[in-house]
Amino acid sequence: MTLFGYRVPMMASLIVWCAVWELVGRSGATFLIPPLSDVVVAAVALVQTGTWQAAALTTLNSFLLGMFFAIVAGIVIGVLMGRFAAVDNLLGIWVNIFVSAPLSALVPVLMILFGMGETTVVVTVFLFAVWIIVLDTRAGIQGVPPSLIEMGRSYGASRFALYFKIILLAALPEILAGIRLGVVRGVKGVVIGQLLVSIIGYGELFELYSRNFDMDNFWALTIILFAAAMGLSAVIESIEKRVDYYAGVR
Amino acid sequence: MRNITAEALSAAAKPAGSDVAVEVRGVCKMYNEVEALRSIDLDFPSGKLTTLLGPSGCGKTTLLKIIAGLIPSTSGEIRVGGKTVTGPGPERAFVFQDFALMPWATVMRNVAFGLELKGMGKDERQAIAAKYIAEVGLSGFESKYPHELSGGMRQRVGLARAFAVNADVLLLDEPFSAVDEQNRRKFQEDLLELVEKERKTFIFVTHSIEEAVYCSDRIVILSRRPGRVAQIIEPEIDRSASPDAIRRDQSYLDTVEEIWQGLKHYVD
Repeated sequence: MTLFGYRVPMMASLIVWCAVWELVGRSGATFLIPPLSDVVVAAVALVQTGTWQAAALTTLNSFLLGMFFAIVAGIVIGVLMGRFAAVDNLLGIWVNIFVSAPLSALVPVLMILFGMGETTVVVTVFLFAVWIIVLDTRAGIQGVPPSLIEMGRSYGASRFALYFKIILLAALPEILAGIRLGVVRGVKGVVIGQLLVSIIGYGELFELYSRNFDMDNFWALTIILFAAAMGLSAVIESIEKRVDYYAGVR
Repeated sequence: MRNITAEALSAAAKPAGSDVAVEVRGVCKMYNEVEALRSIDLDFPSGKLTTLLGPSGCGKTTLLKIIAGLIPSTSGEIRVGGKTVTGPGPERAFVFQDFALMPWATVMRNVAFGLELKGMGKDERQAIAAKYIAEVGLSGFESKYPHELSGGMRQRVGLARAFAVNADVLLLDEPFSAVDEQNRRKFQEDLLELVEKERKTFIFVTHSIEEAVYCSDRIVILSRRPGRVAQIIEPEIDRSASPDAIRRDQSYLDTVEEIWQGLKHYVD
């Protein structure tokens, strides 16, 4: 990255858009968009408040719990679908419906089923994230070279060894891609779930700030959330890259 | 060259004066309505390299995988060392056409993998693997990953893995077809040395006539689908000669020509 040379730095576009935001904010065109600098100041103040910390903790807790179940269930169902045609036929249509369905519409039903609390949010995270993990795991399992499985069988691999030393490792790049996409969807799930339940965590704060037109804090909250989602996704992507290196030749 | 087809049909291709490592008795294979193999009777002599040769789609790989126990036959039986087998077993090791190496594992772990599956301790299996890595000429590459190796070197890893489990019978499914021509020649020469040294029974599938004649003690030619034993040939080539001399040897060239004449009418 050179500053006065010809190469454009990677984050250049981000800086341009930040500048545009700042200018629009300063021009006072609409109260909905305060200057970015005010938002940053608000964000710094916000993360120091007990309210935000408690909300973040609740949100993180629901998110991690939901993701844990989504990853476990997603991989198990994906492996079963990838290995057994009967399971694939039985579940395939439902997975494909749910992966593209607007799941937000289901949250009110979940609230009736699971109450106005964290359970509903956890279930929402799970439902948002699990399907794409299932589909990617299934694709990964189906992409395992048949000769690798024959190799395991001919050298006397037990069923356990076949799955844990060959099949799951061979499908790992796709499984990780599924988890990364699941994490992104899970972040949506946790916010939508909390917004609709609207009395806990981040959703409560969103509701509070937007209702009072406290745009500085509203945008601060949004930026923190986006940064967290992108950061998580980037972490998984870096793991994916390392795995791809080992699985480079297929 | 000795053409023993006539004896073969009468006495189930019993090789005179040597032990039989693998017996194939009345093996048929149907894929749904398609008949891939029809009543194959074959004996594979112990300590020799026997090649299954034939036009594409003759079922030679199918037969090899049935012997390996990877796919079931529709009828008939396979006996290895006198015992009927129904699945894969430790007395047979397979070398795959596409190498079937684990891309996430080093050369060392790949070669030792058969032993790892048997539950052998790490030090012990790595010592054995190191020996065979050296034997196939890959010393110094122990900690490399498969994608860092050429095709020929990857197949050497596959071969070392098969040697490491110390099976009596090695089954090689077109092991050189994904290896470039020059590496293939060198590899064939090395393989002959290893056959000599390891004293194991090799069953080798190829579609290359030259490769079959160059490497084999005995060549089984299968006819087009449904696969049947069409001819059995024992090229009588003096293997003490240098590899280049063998390739110019009159008897070698005659055998190649004779097999080609026999196979020509299968090629469209």
